[in-house]
Amino acid sequence: MSEGEEGPASEPLDLVRLCLNEEVYVKLRGDRELKGRLHAYDSHMNLVLSDVEETIYVVDDEENDEGDEKIRVEDDQEIKSVTKKSEMLFVRGDSVVLVSPIEKS
Amino acid sequence: MENGTASQGEGRDPSGFLAEIIGNPVTVKLNSGVVYKGELQSVDGYMNIALEKTEEYVDGVKRRTYGDAFVRGNNVMYISADS
Repeated sequence: MSEGEEGPASEPLDLVRLCLNEEVYVKLRGDRELKGRLHAYDSHMNLVLSDVEETIYVVDDEENDEGDEKIRVEDDQEIKSVTKKSEMLFVRGDSVVLVSPIEKS
Repeated sequence: MENGTASQGEGRDPSGFLAEIIGNPVTVKLNSGVVYKGELQSVDGYMNIALEKTEEYVDGVKRRTYGDAFVRGNNVMYISADS
């Protein structure tokens, strides 16, 4: 069995462990995304995040909420994004699709 | 055939296949239809996946890239070794 040379990162959850106390991007079911600092996780991918920005992508159906950005137009339907901020968020693992560290510039 | 571990040669069962392709470029398709292409870092029994240098494709269009990405196993439809 040939293992990469990145040492102890030999199971997927190790990658998440390395994100602890770092800024992460989380993709959720239902066209939602989160960006925030990862405080805790478990094997279900239940997450605790702080300083979270949640982005929800919605197909516009005429009800124009002000302050929403328009992302792009596709087949006459506007895909908008709504953002919400939370100080602290617990995310239930079953809605998690992807977790990725945000590269620091 | 005895229960569980059949008399298969090494790398002939699905997890053996996955172990063989670690470190290789792979395509991962999710049930949502989203496709990830990257280097397979690791997989576990839930089919949770860690990918490196990942590109995300939605409807065949590249949407995003990730240096590292953890994909939760329940979303996975298949993992394919890119040749």
